[in-house]
Amino acid sequence: MSGKRQSAHPPYTYRDYKSSILRGPARDPVDLGELEAKQSSGAGVESRASLAGRFRPGELDHDLTRNARRGGEPLGERIVVSGRVLDESGSPIPDALIEIWQANAGGRYLHKADDHDAPIDPNFLGAGRNVTDREGRYRFLTIQPGAYPWKNHHNAWRPRHIHFSVIGESLAGRLVTQMYFPGDPLLDLDPIFHAVPAAARGRLIAHFDLGLTQPEFALGYHFDIVVAGSGATPRDDHGSGAG
Amino acid sequence: MSNEPCLLTPSQTVGPYFTLGLTPTRDETGFGPLITNEIRGDGEPITIRGKVFDGAGVPVNDAMLEIVQADGNGRLDAPEFPGFARAGTGEAADNSYTFKTVKPGPLGGDQAPYICMIVFMRGMLLHACTRIYFADESANPNDPVFSRLPADRRETLLARRVETADAVSYEFDIHMQGERETVFFSLADAI
Repeated sequence: MSGKRQSAHPPYTYRDYKSSILRGPARDPVDLGELEAKQSSGAGVESRASLAGRFRPGELDHDLTRNARRGGEPLGERIVVSGRVLDESGSPIPDALIEIWQANAGGRYLHKADDHDAPIDPNFLGAGRNVTDREGRYRFLTIQPGAYPWKNHHNAWRPRHIHFSVIGESLAGRLVTQMYFPGDPLLDLDPIFHAVPAAARGRLIAHFDLGLTQPEFALGYHFDIVVAGSGATPRDDHGSGAG
Repeated sequence: MSNEPCLLTPSQTVGPYFTLGLTPTRDETGFGPLITNEIRGDGEPITIRGKVFDGAGVPVNDAMLEIVQADGNGRLDAPEFPGFARAGTGEAADNSYTFKTVKPGPLGGDQAPYICMIVFMRGMLLHACTRIYFADESANPNDPVFSRLPADRRETLLARRVETADAVSYEFDIHMQGERETVFFSLADAI
């Protein structure tokens, strides 16, 4: 396992997150790069496949306040969530697909497996998607999700969060994560958040951003996402040169 | 303006409710799947089917699998060929997953044909990557990656061909732990 992974990502099994115990691989992963280094035919599918730009979300897919209306507006506090997708060198990743899903304002998912006794919002699905622009920027309009209980331990509550899935240029950069909100008292008690090495946890918390906030309409939160690059030498046209 | 080096965003679990955003069935408001379990393109049409077993040997009913592959000619960039699909477990009564795709061709050199698979599920804080090789391929023993795996673990990457009168399918189970634990790869350092 590489040093980068150890410093950013949680381990496969983490004692306090009970369902990880039987589900994370027990053995260390095999380093594919090391095996492929001896390969005469060049790299394999993992490093050659390019997934950016293959997906075209619908026009309203990024607006969770409108993409599932059934004659009314969803309840709760409207928020803008925006940021950039970058690789480790700071180069933006354009055309990355970002898919999000979340609970409604009451802390309830529109999902058959969610039996939390909180109301479903008939005008809120809780799912959206968008692709990043040339500068790696994305934007969603949604509703502030509520906290909700889960059964990991007695009186366990998940901090308010939005699930993010990112499919960018390279497979090494495939990422599924969760974005949290600043100042949430439940963060200190959450084993999923705490499974992340302490130094990296803060990267999962969005920043309140008055610049993204729309007057008389919605609060703004900024959340940048950094994914592993392809490992290739950065191209000059990524904007890291002359300017 | 030069770019500053950035620190990786940590991974978190896909959780129990990923179907809402990642494998939705078409909602009456119109939000449907963007990525399905089907890949169409040049090549022999095949179905890949299997289950994901946890460390207790129980089939996982909330795993999400993604596959990335070349078409039947070994091309990753053929026009209109997405080379990417996604399937969940838990929709079928036996918690199996199904992909409908084409059998990939080899990329070249010594490489045998294979499909990359990424495994996500509630309880996994970080996804895991593996490869599906085809048990009926004579190129497997010379594949630079397959042949360098410990001999007693190679079999965990072999999909078994099953032919019926009108279809070809491959069976590929994933074992997260235990004696038959599937070989998983780390890609972060792959060049």
